[in-house]
Amino acid sequence: MELSGAQILVQSLQDEGVEYIFGYPGGAVLHLYDALFQQEGVKHILVRHEQGATHAADGYARATGKPGVVLVTSGPGATNAVTGIATAYMDSIPMVVISGQVPSPVIGSDAFQEVDMVGITRPCVKHNFLVKDVTKLAETVKKAFYVATTGRPGPVVVDIPKDITDPKIKVPYKYPKKVVMRSYNPVTAVSKNQVKKAVELLLNAKKPMIYSGGGVVLGEASQELTAFSQLLGFPVTNTLMGLGAYPANDKQFVGMLGMHGTYEANMAMHESDVIIAIGARFDDRVTGKLDEFCPYAKIIHIDIDPASIAKTVKVDVPIVGEVKQVLALMIELIAEHKGKVNKKALEAWWLQISQWQAIDCLQYDRDSMLIKPQFVIEQLYEVTKGDAYVTSDVGQHQMWAAQYYRFSKPRRWINSGGLGTMGFGLPAAIGVKLAFPDAHVACVTGEASIQMCIQELSTALQYKTPIKIINLNNRYMGMVRQWQEFTYESRYSHSYMDTIPEFVQLAEAYGHVGMRVDQPDEVRPALEKAFAMTDRTVFLDVITDRTENVYPMIEAGKAHNDMKLRVATGTSTDRELA
Amino acid sequence: MRHIISILIENESGALSRVAGLFSARGYNIESLTVAPTEDPSLSRMTLVTSGNANVVDQITKQLNKLIDVVKLVDLVEASHIERELMMVKVKADEQSRNEIRSLADIFRGKIIDVTNKTYIIEITGTSEKLDAFVATLNPDHIVEVVRSGATGICRGDHGLHV
Repeated sequence: MELSGAQILVQSLQDEGVEYIFGYPGGAVLHLYDALFQQEGVKHILVRHEQGATHAADGYARATGKPGVVLVTSGPGATNAVTGIATAYMDSIPMVVISGQVPSPVIGSDAFQEVDMVGITRPCVKHNFLVKDVTKLAETVKKAFYVATTGRPGPVVVDIPKDITDPKIKVPYKYPKKVVMRSYNPVTAVSKNQVKKAVELLLNAKKPMIYSGGGVVLGEASQELTAFSQLLGFPVTNTLMGLGAYPANDKQFVGMLGMHGTYEANMAMHESDVIIAIGARFDDRVTGKLDEFCPYAKIIHIDIDPASIAKTVKVDVPIVGEVKQVLALMIELIAEHKGKVNKKALEAWWLQISQWQAIDCLQYDRDSMLIKPQFVIEQLYEVTKGDAYVTSDVGQHQMWAAQYYRFSKPRRWINSGGLGTMGFGLPAAIGVKLAFPDAHVACVTGEASIQMCIQELSTALQYKTPIKIINLNNRYMGMVRQWQEFTYESRYSHSYMDTIPEFVQLAEAYGHVGMRVDQPDEVRPALEKAFAMTDRTVFLDVITDRTENVYPMIEAGKAHNDMKLRVATGTSTDRELA
Repeated sequence: MRHIISILIENESGALSRVAGLFSARGYNIESLTVAPTEDPSLSRMTLVTSGNANVVDQITKQLNKLIDVVKLVDLVEASHIERELMMVKVKADEQSRNEIRSLADIFRGKIIDVTNKTYIIEITGTSEKLDAFVATLNPDHIVEVVRSGATGICRGDHGLHV
């Protein structure tokens, strides 16, 4: 079969099983768009800005586990995609980004819409390719998908000069079934010896903690994590990226850890004597002050990426491998082992933890006359029966969603954890809804974040992706304001906007349903009404208490046992305003 | 501590910038970096000299291994190895100093590879330390320019870094 480069690309995507491609046309990709036009296998989703394309593909990838695919043109199309590529990179999300490039002969001449995409993306991709020969195109696409989806996943850019996709030049096409790269071997044999050492440590632990992260979600190891944890009866904490990998309603779950983690999770980490980190990377938002991180603990670390191990925190038992495989082996070895868990010590440990839990660190004023953002998330949880896909933007609303929506399944909580990209939530929700048209998809956002990719409301209408946008509108960039309150004596430097759009009208202008909610007792009915409109995108503009802060909080550079908790008399802002 | 990391890398355009970019992005230092194709033209051999404590160098090797184009690497300092660097020094060689410079070059087993009525170019190979020592013996006022290749190295014995 002889095909042009453009046809080869489209056919390769079909052969790779790609369902959706998120993109935006332009000069350098016109041949590709012409080839897309003449087929039906791959559905193209036209976004309104290339950043939206990357986040939508990212949301699709996070919800399904399949790679997200993006198509952008050269120059500004490519640079607009960079934020989304970096977002996927930080959270290890499989993504393939096809970018157009100016024709090969003019590369390097500062041609119209030319940018060195391979150079620009190099630090924020798992790998990238510049295609120089049309006969290598199919193989390169295969390599891109292979690299993006295996090992520790990540985004891969394939930059294609326009002449490579020339419809007049046809070459034989065959999509490789598999590809071997001598320089890339993602599969590593698990060291049984290391796993044995880990089992010894675990069975002798008196104050153990299971600290699991996004790797468990990415590695489809939620079941193994649950079985492993329940076999041992140890407390489990999840990172922001790991939420849902362990059912939040289970009695062994002590909540999220880290900067806005629960009091019990952070205190337990601090006091623990054996910590097993599973698919987590000791991010600075998790560890707080490194010198005082888990001072009494021996640490076991399972990760597929050797470079994640001992990067910031010294580890006693490193185990390189897929978490699913390692946990299965661990379960087997524990069952075979003569030793048993130290029941008595564990009982004392749980008693201690229950005392920390009694502090009820997530309490808030439920009798407030103002809408408390936490209340909105709790109501969202109830209305969706805890079964929605929840995307979020970045800031306070993200933390409240993480704290109060008790995720019980993996891949339900979709947020930009590593890069912290405002504008992520709405396009990501569109990607999720395309993947799961029958599921409830909510985007929890704030009035600042939502404005960063608001144009994608138009995409949501065009492709009929009825999502529910819960805009926690506190008329502040809440997290910025919170930091300014705590560390800059409440000098609220540019953390509010003097003009905020009328979101209800804005949503309606985009062809959706807009609803404004400003009384606590309206929250539940509004949510019910919104989710009952299964064929409409609904924008709920919820006017919340603008002074509310996220608690608990480990301020930057402080240790796990040095948390700022809510004071009974309200927040300090309340006092200042009074 | 000084480390000599020898890397076998795909001979693709941009491979060098992936390595150099990794070092600048993560704040590792590079003392020298040399690269050239091997007997197999699809592979390049790169020698990178860096310094840092054990943790830093551990991260450097892990991060390098993570680059998709890197096939294999070894820290030569971990075992017995041979290190060589090539240097060419152009020195002022007037009537008074010509003999002295020649004998210095002889002591360091350097070769004079270019002569004018005012200058010599001396070629000298050895460990980076030896080259430093040679430069130190020269009168700084006599040095016109110094060109060094950066260190390259190979491990002793019958094992080698290959695919």
